[in-house]
Amino acid sequence: MDRRSFNRNVVVAGAAAALSPFGIARAAGKLKVGVLLPRSSYEALIGQSCQLGADLAPGVLKAMLGVDIEIMSADTESNVNTARTRAERLIEEGAHVLVGAFDSGQTAAIAQVAEQRGVPLVINIAAAPQITEQGYKFVFRNFPTAGELVKNGLSLIGDLFQATHTVARSAVYMHVNDTFGQAMTHGINALLPRLTQLPFKIVETVAYDPAAKDLSVEVSKAKAANADFLLLVCRLNDSIVLRREMVKQRWHPMGVIDPGSPGIYEEQFAKSLGKYADYIIDNPPWYNPKGALTGVVEEAFRKRNPGEKFVYHGLNVGYTFEAIMIAADAFKRAGSTDPKALADAIRATDIDKRVMLGGPIKFNPKGQVDGNLSACVQILDGTPKVVLPEYAAEAKPVFPWPEYKGA
Amino acid sequence: MTATLIANVVIAGLLTGLVYGLMALGLSVIFGVVRVVNFAHGEMMTIAMYVAVLLFGAFKLDPILAALPVAALFFLFGYALQAGLINPFITRPEHSQFILLVAVATILTNVMLMVFGPDARNVQTAYQLDSWAVGQIIVDKARAYAALCALVTTAGLFAFFRFSRTGTAIRACADNHLGARIVGLNVKHLYALTFGLGAACVAVAGCMMTLLVEVAPSVGPSYTLLGFVIVIVGGLGSMPGALLGGVLIGVSEALAGLFFDPSAKSMISFALLIVVLLFRPQGLLGSRT
Repeated sequence: MDRRSFNRNVVVAGAAAALSPFGIARAAGKLKVGVLLPRSSYEALIGQSCQLGADLAPGVLKAMLGVDIEIMSADTESNVNTARTRAERLIEEGAHVLVGAFDSGQTAAIAQVAEQRGVPLVINIAAAPQITEQGYKFVFRNFPTAGELVKNGLSLIGDLFQATHTVARSAVYMHVNDTFGQAMTHGINALLPRLTQLPFKIVETVAYDPAAKDLSVEVSKAKAANADFLLLVCRLNDSIVLRREMVKQRWHPMGVIDPGSPGIYEEQFAKSLGKYADYIIDNPPWYNPKGALTGVVEEAFRKRNPGEKFVYHGLNVGYTFEAIMIAADAFKRAGSTDPKALADAIRATDIDKRVMLGGPIKFNPKGQVDGNLSACVQILDGTPKVVLPEYAAEAKPVFPWPEYKGA
Repeated sequence: MTATLIANVVIAGLLTGLVYGLMALGLSVIFGVVRVVNFAHGEMMTIAMYVAVLLFGAFKLDPILAALPVAALFFLFGYALQAGLINPFITRPEHSQFILLVAVATILTNVMLMVFGPDARNVQTAYQLDSWAVGQIIVDKARAYAALCALVTTAGLFAFFRFSRTGTAIRACADNHLGARIVGLNVKHLYALTFGLGAACVAVAGCMMTLLVEVAPSVGPSYTLLGFVIVIVGGLGSMPGALLGGVLIGVSEALAGLFFDPSAKSMISFALLIVVLLFRPQGLLGSRT
């Protein structure tokens, strides 16, 4: 090779590398990714939503990274034991890396299998802190822990008050009385006194049964507390029942703010409540609607699912896509499907172009990504919209509600 | 805790309790006459709720108006179920009847899952989120209409059993099965009629429930259990007892939610059940047989 052709090759390679965030070198072979999700039973709706992210990943990642990915899907049936056996089977069938599984209990079971078999697991969604506190070497999580969820969610409440020049002095706290609700309550009780920038106090706490079909008593009790706003930790069905009951009982506080639980941003919430869904705020981990990679993923999503709206799947699709992207990026750098080489490469991950809000994807020694962020998402005209942080905002926050008449 | 808050909660509990009472009335009527415990009761109500939701979706038919055609449909269904499936089991051991109706319940739940899927559905009438305000007391319109329909249906059923010849014949069957056969009553037909009436009751209750809660295939067993608690508290086989039991459970759950913890509501129902079983095993208005 003469000097000119050498220089030309260097320039072409350099330009290609600059255009692609992950470089152009092509990894040999195919990466088999075992995706475990609860696609049936009571978590089916969210499991299927996550699956949409897994389905679009091979095409997008092939274009981005030049690697071939084969998705091996398995249904955990929303069951811990099934999750464990499906993980075993995927490894038997040749999965090089596992991704999943939305639910903390199922994910913990899969993590045990992954660790025993020495196959990397990249968790898409699961918040139980203990999963990355076990000293596992093959388990990695790119999702905030329950503690981070609460901290991010509560901090955003302070930001909301600041952005709307509002001061709320008191809150009535209602929460669903299940494992998730209790974990969130524990986090709120521990963190709230330390977040001195938050000007409000919780004046009453009302816990309710997650299967409750009627929340009239609970809402009466909460309304009687006469607090400025309702701080709510809920799930989908109960949030609908609760909001209806608020309307019936003519309870008009400054607003309803959820520090980050699922439900409010889902399609069924706005569909069931119509105009009464508007102005409710949720602070969950969220995608960056203005991110370049989000645009690519959203476009791929729209092509594959013309009948679906990305906004209702963005969280599930985004985190599932990112989990597979982490595996694909590691595969490319490792140049091998050897599980140990893959795990070492995942540990060295450093990806700054993301779908989800937060800093770069870098794993700490425990296998946890620190710095995943939440967004303040408000239902406006029946659609969830990011109102904070400002750099990702699609609309301005409305707080207090227009129907609020003052204390 | 203010008197207004307590009054609001008691009124809500009372109105919901009346609908619960109507649901349990069907169970009580069937047991009182046919002596079969309908373990598919909650599932039958869930189907009625789905029919009301479908009628609302297709024709915008208000569940209160839908109650009449749905009740007629369920009367026929109940009649056919008793005549075709349950009658041969009347003389068999109780565990056979129990397993038969548990099987019916399981089949109904799975058929609903296959047809409607796992997601919850509801109706959205114009008045569903409305309420009346009397001073600081707020009365939920949908709950009030549902309770009123429950009272009217119950009164109609009482009148039927008290004043009609068929009602009297059914009561004769319940009082003395052998005597009824000796005097030439068609007992099998009367049993089927009774089951049909019980099913019609549960259909009306189901239509009213759609005004208050969402329906999903999985809700059936909890309503069956609730029905049992109510009829055991009120007195199995006693029609006024079913209504009283419904109101007691509705109000006690509401007050328990207010004074203790809302999560403890069902615990209070079961505590009440245990107290009744200990001190008045036949139920509050039941008779010792």
